[in-house]
Amino acid sequence: MAVSPWEDELTRNLKEHFGEAISEFSIYVGQPFLVARPEAVIPILEYLKLEADFDYLVDVTAVDYPQRAERFDLVYILYSFARNQRIRVKTRIAEGYAPATAVGVHLTANWLEREVYDMFGIRFAGHPDLRRILLPEDWQGHPLRKEYPLTGVDQRWVRENLGIESAQ
Amino acid sequence: MPETFLDATELVLNMGPQHPSTHGVLRVILKLDGEKVLGAECVIGYLHRGVEKISENRTWVQFAPYVDRTDYVAAVSNGLGYCLAVEKLLGVEAPPRAQVVRVILTELQRIASHLVWLGTHALDIGAQTPLFYCFRERELIMNIFEKYCGARLTTHAFRIGGLLYPLYHDFEDEVKAFCDMLPAKVNDYEQLLTANRIWVGRTKGVGILTAEDCKQYGVTGPMLRASGVKWDLRKAQPYSGYEQYDFEIPTGENGDTFDRYMVRIQEMRQSVRILKQAVDRIPDGPITAKVPKVLRPPVGEAYVSIEAPKGELGYFVVSDGGTQPYRVRIRPPSFINLQALDRMARGSLVADVVAIIGTIDIVLGEVDR
Repeated sequence: MAVSPWEDELTRNLKEHFGEAISEFSIYVGQPFLVARPEAVIPILEYLKLEADFDYLVDVTAVDYPQRAERFDLVYILYSFARNQRIRVKTRIAEGYAPATAVGVHLTANWLEREVYDMFGIRFAGHPDLRRILLPEDWQGHPLRKEYPLTGVDQRWVRENLGIESAQ
Repeated sequence: MPETFLDATELVLNMGPQHPSTHGVLRVILKLDGEKVLGAECVIGYLHRGVEKISENRTWVQFAPYVDRTDYVAAVSNGLGYCLAVEKLLGVEAPPRAQVVRVILTELQRIASHLVWLGTHALDIGAQTPLFYCFRERELIMNIFEKYCGARLTTHAFRIGGLLYPLYHDFEDEVKAFCDMLPAKVNDYEQLLTANRIWVGRTKGVGILTAEDCKQYGVTGPMLRASGVKWDLRKAQPYSGYEQYDFEIPTGENGDTFDRYMVRIQEMRQSVRILKQAVDRIPDGPITAKVPKVLRPPVGEAYVSIEAPKGELGYFVVSDGGTQPYRVRIRPPSFINLQALDRMARGSLVADVVAIIGTIDIVLGEVDR
């Protein structure tokens, strides 16, 4: 199974609009995705929603590659009811980079981005309510980063809030 | 700050996490003006176990039982989604016999999940009897699961590549008997509720979501269909051979609590329809595809989703070529549907919040993962 190029009317339109900002159009196991520069992601989501009917943001998630200079893959999964097609918009961001929020385009991004912040520590610029969502607000660390240990309980939090010495 | 308490118009009320109608440990902070809800904020995470983190420390095969523990009232559906995602990465397809058995078990699971929803939702609103009826019928499904794979709730029924267990000797007969029995029971539930004045009063026009709202919030499943969008992944992007079965997608018009109830009731009937077709055409042949003992999917990523009882359940899996997943992201329908609670509750009464939480059909194990 190899990555093959993705070419159709949609990719031609996207190339015309965004040019160099999109570096790759590919298909892997039958699933199309594009890789864009981080600052172009929100305009791309907006264009896809308004001009190409990708009106349903399925998911926002991240993947951590600590050995890479741009350590996080940020992945937006989109679906179009009209086309019955699913695509992924991917971008690579470095530690400390704050990507723009997608809440202005898709309301569902609110909780999804909060979860990405909670689990990876990626701060979304302009997010209306960027707090942790699954872990307690004063928890230290972001569990889905690769350096975070499997049983990485925040012992300080456990001592202060649960009144026991250790959670292990 | 108001001068005296009598001047205060807004009240902040805490509901949960220990509250019988929050279906587990969900905390909702309500802002009220008298009995009217001005806003609802969900506090979640009480059941967070970090399954996505665990996945990175297990092999692809070892992680399969963990997904059953996300949406634990529809464990079979979770297992199917995960197996399909890993099979996609491996480029493997389950053989026909396994696919039909998978359809049978997931449709049984859909009915079981809807029965739990109906029983608890009706109980929340004040009707006790449906709970006992629904659990009585669900028990028969649990028995089939137990006979098939030894477990009732967290079944781990499927394996990557197909199935592990062969069918027991009267499996088909039991499924057929169940299919013959259920429609009359669904009529009974309807007789208790559909035209019941209290039920209609508590559900009609409550918690309205338009189709546009649903798309904005990413709401899927019966909630989306109740708003009039005829969209079901089993039809839109069929998997496991769903394109071979003849069934309808029930939809509603108003997107209120009553329509969502009607959609789920009709879905149970449609599931019976699928079951009847499937059980008659279980082909002979192997139950598992050829998969190596140690799975090392090639480097790459894939997103596979299925129509779970609660909506679109997706798995985004990333492999680095090793024996363990590099990343498994579970796209949980409950979590995403719950986000629309605030929108649905605004302007309604406090008592309606109970009906609205029930109608979303959340399982906190899946919300928190």
